[in-house]
Amino acid sequence: MKSGLPALLISLALALSLTGNAGASAVHGSPPKKTGKSSTADHSKFKELQQDFKSGQEVTRACLSCHTEAARQIMQTRHWTWEYTNPDTGQKLGKKTMLNGFCIGDKSNEAFCNSCHIGYGWENDKFDFANEENVDCLACHNQGKYTKPGGLAGHPAYVRTEYPPGSGTFLEPVDLAQVAAHVGATRKDNCGACHYNGGGGDGVKHGDLDSSLNQPSRQLDVHMSADGGNFSCSTCHQTDAHQVSGSRITPTAADPHGPLLRGQASDRNPATCQACHGDAPHQAPAGSINAAREKNPELLNTHARTLACQTCHVPAFARGGVPTKMTWDWSQAGRMGPNGKPQKIKDEHGHITYDSRKGQFGLGENVVPEYLWFNGKVSYTLQTDKINPDGPVAINTFHGTPGAADARIWPVKRFRGRQPYDTENLNLLVPHSAIPDDTAYWYNFDWDKALKVGAAATGAPFSGKYGFVDTEMLWPITHMVAPKEDAVDCIECHKQGGRLEGIPGVYIPGRDRHPWLDNVGWALVGLTTLGSLGHGLVRILTRRRQDTHDDDTHGAQS
Amino acid sequence: MSERIYLYKRFERFWHWSQALLIIIMMLTGFEIHGSYALLGFAKAVQVHTLAAWTLLTLWAFTIVWQFTTGEWRQYLPTLKKVDAMVKYYVLGIFTDAPHPFKKTPVAKHNPLQRLAYLAFLSLMSPLIWGSGLLYLFYPQWPAWGVNQWLSLEWVALAHTVGGFMILTFFVAHVYMTTTGHTPFAHIKAMITGWEDAH
Repeated sequence: MKSGLPALLISLALALSLTGNAGASAVHGSPPKKTGKSSTADHSKFKELQQDFKSGQEVTRACLSCHTEAARQIMQTRHWTWEYTNPDTGQKLGKKTMLNGFCIGDKSNEAFCNSCHIGYGWENDKFDFANEENVDCLACHNQGKYTKPGGLAGHPAYVRTEYPPGSGTFLEPVDLAQVAAHVGATRKDNCGACHYNGGGGDGVKHGDLDSSLNQPSRQLDVHMSADGGNFSCSTCHQTDAHQVSGSRITPTAADPHGPLLRGQASDRNPATCQACHGDAPHQAPAGSINAAREKNPELLNTHARTLACQTCHVPAFARGGVPTKMTWDWSQAGRMGPNGKPQKIKDEHGHITYDSRKGQFGLGENVVPEYLWFNGKVSYTLQTDKINPDGPVAINTFHGTPGAADARIWPVKRFRGRQPYDTENLNLLVPHSAIPDDTAYWYNFDWDKALKVGAAATGAPFSGKYGFVDTEMLWPITHMVAPKEDAVDCIECHKQGGRLEGIPGVYIPGRDRHPWLDNVGWALVGLTTLGSLGHGLVRILTRRRQDTHDDDTHGAQS
Repeated sequence: MSERIYLYKRFERFWHWSQALLIIIMMLTGFEIHGSYALLGFAKAVQVHTLAAWTLLTLWAFTIVWQFTTGEWRQYLPTLKKVDAMVKYYVLGIFTDAPHPFKKTPVAKHNPLQRLAYLAFLSLMSPLIWGSGLLYLFYPQWPAWGVNQWLSLEWVALAHTVGGFMILTFFVAHVYMTTTGHTPFAHIKAMITGWEDAH
């Protein structure tokens, strides 16, 4: 009974504060109003965070004083290392060394690209990956008003900064104390700050990830929409010890299992559709017969043996009004405007289609994906690989045997690039592009300098001779899941010339046939018809001759 | 006045015409599923085709019982007697108003050629179309039954399409043959009323 009085007082205080916040109803047991805040901690009340922070590292030190293991957890992740050994191929991957067809590569451009690193200060090889204070907690846990502009090596602006340098426009400094006081669970825009903007802008790379997912309509994403599931990214990308599930380097292509139960011990990827929906998700309403329904749920489930869920349920990508880049031709870069200065050309929607620094772009909205058999294994063309200059060079290759049990037909975005390579050594080249100095392409428009510095930074040989080669890159399409009424209709594939035209390893009624059987079959039907008509015609002709005496007979009958 | 004979009993006529309707529906939807044209839309065609199949199976269940309880099944026993005369009649006699070589009676209402045609339907087309069709229908159950270890959908579809073409051919010939009575609509009238004028 010792603690009786304080406990009573605390309860009273709680009750009063609840009354103040959410109205009297909350006290009387009805569910509290949904505020979106379910945390038990209000960080603005923490003394540790009531400081005049001078740098991101100082904030991190404060975070780690309570969250003692957080930085060590972060350091185990690809978000930190940008390094990954693909268990399927043994290839050493990760953003640090991988190439793409967009901005091409990170090396020599770290101070710019690494604004998307969840750390502070990675601008060259000297970055200390073991220093816990270099971890940027705010990048993922801020609730707004925190940005890390390209060029500051992962730091936000601590003082008023001219950005881009020489532009005459200024970045206001970030209010670290304010941001730190309002940290919370990751939100869509935290992940999106980098994952929407890969390739240098909103929606550029993925096609199924862009800022339209921050507040999507139900039609755009049935899970993330406020009218639908109101999911954040981490609702599916379940995270344990800061290790985020789901990967485009080693995706789970087939997950032929039922839904995961809470608490169930499993090494399955919790981010798959099946992790929640199971592998037989289509169900007839109670009391109805499968076979009597226009879309027989049993037949639809059968499709899961062959198709990824996404193949039907993501009918198109870039559906939210943000275009995605479908092509990027670096060989066109360097063409100056009429005034001799770098230019940007926009299309009728105001989207940039030409940039002197970057080249020619092709944009796409509401793009119907391409489809291919995929077992989750991906191999990459790295800078150490020799390429065939006749192209197109597959920057990544999705593997999968048509019809194999471990593979499914997946939707993909096929991006087409044209990018520099060494014509003598036959390897792809990373240009030094984004740092304002004497050699970067964006500031000097000199490929020789840019490629030389880029090659030196990546450790690649460079003969001094370069050309441009066509490249292709695949992106798995998995986000922007439409509501079921907008799923791809049967006829989109069950016809000749449909979405799955040319996909081997599966017999698709309506698409597939044996031409000789159709020829023989229709010939048989045609000949029978002709024979019948001919026989009938002869009967009519011969009957006319007999009309006179027939009339008598028939007359007698009736 | 010529003699009238009661050839087709009420259930028989009901069976015939409902079966005709179902087969026409299944041919229309079947060739749509095959991709020969677009009519109802693929999903709807599959639904109607499936429903018609189950309806026809039910109808056949009743019909088989009827055939055996009434002894009518004997009508389908094949005979080669007079087959040559029937062929000769359709090739020549029908044009010269020669008398029909076969006299229909209630215990033998199919001419020998008809018997052969219906036997072919029963023993060849029917097992082919139903065997492949049921395998097609139960495709979702294949893994559970182990069927996909030794059979591919492609072969089932192929067999089913062969059956479909055979039935369409049969249908065309059958419809034409109905016009070969003593008047073009005499046979059809008999199948509607049950009564046929005998010469």
